Order: sequence, then C-alpha cells, then structure tokens
Amino acid sequence: MVKAEGLTAKYDERVVLHGLDFQVDRGELVGLLGPNGSGKSTLLLCLSKVLRIHTGRVAVAGRDLSAYSARALARVEASVPQRLEISFPFKCIEVVLMGRYPHQHGLGGDSEEDLAKATEAMRVTETLEFAQRRITEISGGEAQRVIMARALAQEAELMLLDEATANLDVAHKMRMFDLFLEKNRQGATFLCAMHDLNLAALYCRRLIFLKKGRISVDGPTTETFTEANLSNIYETEVRVTSHPETGAPQAMFVPGAHRSGISRQGAASSRQ
Amino acid sequence: MVASDQSISNLEEIRDRLATSRRGFALGVMILVLLSLLSVLGATGIGRLPISWNTVIAAIAEGLGLAPAGSVERTPLVVVFGIRLSRVVLSFLVGSALGVAGSVFQGILRNPLADPFTIGVASGAAFGAALAFTLGLGGSSYLGLGTIPLLALLGALGALVLVVTLGRVQGRMRRDTLVLAGIVVATFLSALIALIKALDEEAISAIVFWVMGSFQGRGWIHVGFSLPYLIIGLYLVASRARELDILTLGEVQARQLGVEVERVRRRLLVGASLLTASAVSVSGVIGFVGLVIPHLVRLTLGASHQRLMVLSSFLGGLALLWSDVMARTLLPGGEELPVGVVTALVGGPFFCLLLKRGKGGMILG
Repeated sequence: MVKAEGLTAKYDERVVLHGLDFQVDRGELVGLLGPNGSGKSTLLLCLSKVLRIHTGRVAVAGRDLSAYSARALARVEASVPQRLEISFPFKCIEVVLMGRYPHQHGLGGDSEEDLAKATEAMRVTETLEFAQRRITEISGGEAQRVIMARALAQEAELMLLDEATANLDVAHKMRMFDLFLEKNRQGATFLCAMHDLNLAALYCRRLIFLKKGRISVDGPTTETFTEANLSNIYETEVRVTSHPETGAPQAMFVPGAHRSGISRQGAASSRQ
Repeated sequence: MVASDQSISNLEEIRDRLATSRRGFALGVMILVLLSLLSVLGATGIGRLPISWNTVIAAIAEGLGLAPAGSVERTPLVVVFGIRLSRVVLSFLVGSALGVAGSVFQGILRNPLADPFTIGVASGAAFGAALAFTLGLGGSSYLGLGTIPLLALLGALGALVLVVTLGRVQGRMRRDTLVLAGIVVATFLSALIALIKALDEEAISAIVFWVMGSFQGRGWIHVGFSLPYLIIGLYLVASRARELDILTLGEVQARQLGVEVERVRRRLLVGASLLTASAVSVSGVIGFVGLVIPHLVRLTLGASHQRLMVLSSFLGGLALLWSDVMARTLLPGGEELPVGVVTALVGGPFFCLLLKRGKGGMILG
C-alpha cells in the first residue's frame, strides 16, 4: 500500500526525516509512535503530498506519489489532521460532504450517493445528531469526529491519522478505534500517528517508532513494545505489563525517572 | 431557519432538511430578484425631478425599443433612460461585484474581516486614476469614455500582479505573505498618490473626490466598460465555489481533500480582483459593501460559498443602489455626496451593531 525508499524531508535546511525505508502492506493497522518532534506528522504530510519529498521515493497503491493528481490521491488516501482550523460556520453535514469532493466531477454538486455515504459516515462516527449544527458551535472532540466522518466519506483505501483521537474522551477513543478495527477488517489500511502508547498497543498489530527523524524500531507490537525499547526511545523509565483482559502489552511510567540518572542526558537533549 | 438542536437520525431526515433549505434559498433568490427589479425602477424615479412609476416604465420601454418613439415626453425620457437608469444599473452592478469579491477574498484569506481592498487592488486603481488626473488625461478619450477607468483598471491589475509575485515564497502562495504583500503594495502606492497630490495641486480635488467613490456623471458607457470584467470575474470565482469552501479549512486539508490549491487559489484571486477592478475603475473606491455584506450573509445563513456569492451579489447591489440614491438626494440644492461617504457612514455603525449583538466572536473567527 505504501512503500518508501530513502525518504528524506526538510524544513528549509533542517533535515526532519533522514532516509526512511519502510513498507506498509494492504490491510495493516500500523501505529506510528515516537516523542515530540520525531517526525511523525512530517512523515504523514509527505505521504499526503502536502510536504515535498526532498530525496527518495514513495509509492502509494503501487504508483509513484509524483504521478498522482491531488484529486486522484484523495481517492486513495484520506487524512485526519492533528489540529482543526475551521473558523467558518459550515454545517457539519457540509463538512462531511467535502470528503466527497475527490469523487465529484464538474459543477454537479452533491449526488444522492454522496449524501448517502456522508450520512453513513456520520452514523458510524455517532455525529449524525449534529449534522445540521455548525462546526464552529460544537466541542473540539465532536468536531474531530466530524472530520473523521469526512475521512470515511472519502472512501479511501489508506487512512492517515495524525493524533486523530487526541481530543476525545476515553469512551469515544475506544469506540473510534473499534470502528477503525472494523474498517480495517473490511480492507482499509491504517497508519496512525499516536502519543497514547497503550491505545496503540491495544489496537495496532505493528508499530513503527520514529526518533529524531529515523526509524528506531519497526515490528510486531508484541516484539517491539518492550521496556528496553520504550525507555530508550522516550527517554523515561517505562515498565511493561500485560492487559488483564486481552493480554496486550501496556506501559507504566515511573515518576521522577528523568532525575534518577538513567536517561539524564537524553532528557536534557530532548528539551533543546 | 430550522431549530438547530433537533437531533437527526437518518438519511431521510438529512435529505428533507437539505431539500427544505434548498427551497428556502430558491425562494430567497426569487424575492431578491423581484426586490432588485423594483429597486431599479423605484430608484430611477427618485431625484430632483420626481418621475412616476408609469412614466419610468414607459420611458424604459421606449429606450429599449419596446415601445414606439414619442410615447413619453422628451424630458422624462432623457432623465430616465439617458441619465438615471444607467447610473442605477451601474451602482447595482458595482455593488454586486464588490459583494461577491468580498466573499471570495474573505474565503481565500480565511479572514472574515478581509474585503476587496485588503490586498491592494484598490490602491492600484486609485494610483492609476491619480496618474490619469495629473497627466491631464482626464479629458482625452478612449472608446469615448476618458482614460480614467482604463488607467484605474490597469493600476488595479498591476497591483494584483505585484502582490501575487511578492506574496509567493519558494513557489508557494501563502495567505499571510499575501496579506503582507498587499499591505506593502497599498502603502507604497498610497505614498505615490500623496506624492502626486503634493506635486500637482490642481489635481488634488479630482483625486480626492474620485478616491471617495462616486457615480456622478456615469452612464451606459461605463456599464459597457466594466461589464466584461465583471462577467469574466464572476465566471472565474463562481465555478470554483466548492473549492473555495474547502480552502477555508486551510491549505493542508484542502490538499488532502484533492484540491489543486495553488491553481484554484490563483484563479479565485484573479477572478475576485477582476471583479474589484471592474467596480473600482468606474466608481472609485467604495468601502464597506464588500466587507459588511458577505460577512452579514455568512453570519445569518452559513458559510457555503455558492449561496454566499449569489446572496452577496444581490444584497451588495441593493445596498449600493440605495446608497447612491441617498448620495444624490440627501443634500438640498442638488449637491452630491461621494457614495463612499454614504456607505461608510451607514455601514460603519451597522457593523458596530453587528459586533455588539453578541456574534462578535465569530467575526474575529
């Protein structure tokens, strides 16, 4: 689904991604983890062609990224951004219908099919009840679910989520990931940048850890979600236990760890 | 409007709501069309020489060749068809252009307080006009209407090119650099206008009056001059209304939803600037219509640009049409006010009222 070879990205002269090589297969549900500034968002923006790739190649669905028009790419991949910048009072249904844009041609406007798909996306994200309300008048978490609905209405095979559930309460977070799991079983591929380690360990079968613009660890959750890896990557002390219900690995953090000397240097340098 | 907190549970309800809102919109447009026609007739009758509705209609019919010559007396015929009607139509068209241009600029710049003059197009037009005045070109003729509109148009388009070129950073046009470039260009051109004023005292009053905006002495030839740019501008922006909706979510999301951001934005910018230029070149700088009208429509009826453009064009036209009636009738003895003064005097307090009515939060976005 995604194949990156030597992917390098820069902001001005600062290199943010250093020659990443990785591949995400169709039907995977991959968590993209790593500390602040490790390059998760940059990577997702490169994959959606918002940021220019400096060197290297990226192919999506077997086709080189540069060969896609914006519209064609939006039919293959849908992105949910970290931050919402909606200041104009659109109705939520109007925002979700924007997800149908890459499928529309000419001036025809929204077809019956567009409407049906937008409504279905709002139903599964439990946002249908505020379809007619303005997006500027609902809460941040609700707006994020509306944007999720928009991405689902886009009907793309590849979902690129950048902290898509960060503003949600616990219950909605779980429901949203249950929905991702369901969509994943139906064939959609997910690449989710996340800060919530335990949520990632619960749902993702594979994790890619980024650190300072490089892939630090990449592999199945059961093998990569370890005390050594997490402590090293996040530069704080981590204990890993297993989830009482599912057995998935879960991280516990130790207070005051950065003062205990284990990773003093790392903590200091990450604050620069 | 439908109560917004009623919850919705299925497709049928969504469809019903959309159909209802579509019907409401169509009805609103019909009412506005009717109101516009009545306003044109009504405003044509108003003036130092009041003319009855019947005479106005008869004179228009004769002027358009729909009625045999001689069915109306000579004086009302000349006043109605030769003088007033053209001016009323022109004020409506200019108001429409400003209303639509304002809605587009607010969308592209993602700033509900932007207007057609934010990025320096108006200053370019004013500079062109000032140049025409000081070079004494006011009297010379181009297609029989003087060089002022032409130079104003060239000035407006020149300013646009300058702003777009300056606002481009590393091949990408960004809205903050665009606004900054607009401010720089506008300030620079204003300085040049001040320089012209300082060097050429005779031109001062002409320049000042022109910059305030007026329809005095404008006729069919001005309508003919601005109409092509108006039509092209309208086509360019109206055909990208949906993309403009998506652009207001920000460049990143617009790209991710499949909008060719650079191309669409350039097209919208050129279209909106053509609309502004078509207005400014024949009327001078008229403020507030392009700011208040789209803003008001968005606050009350939502953000969809297709509707916003349609409604802003009618309401902008109506607002300016009646502002011009006030401009030419308020002072006793036939003296005229610059219409820009009227729109500012009426629009300013009105806008403050809007801010105070508790919806101010949305105005600042």
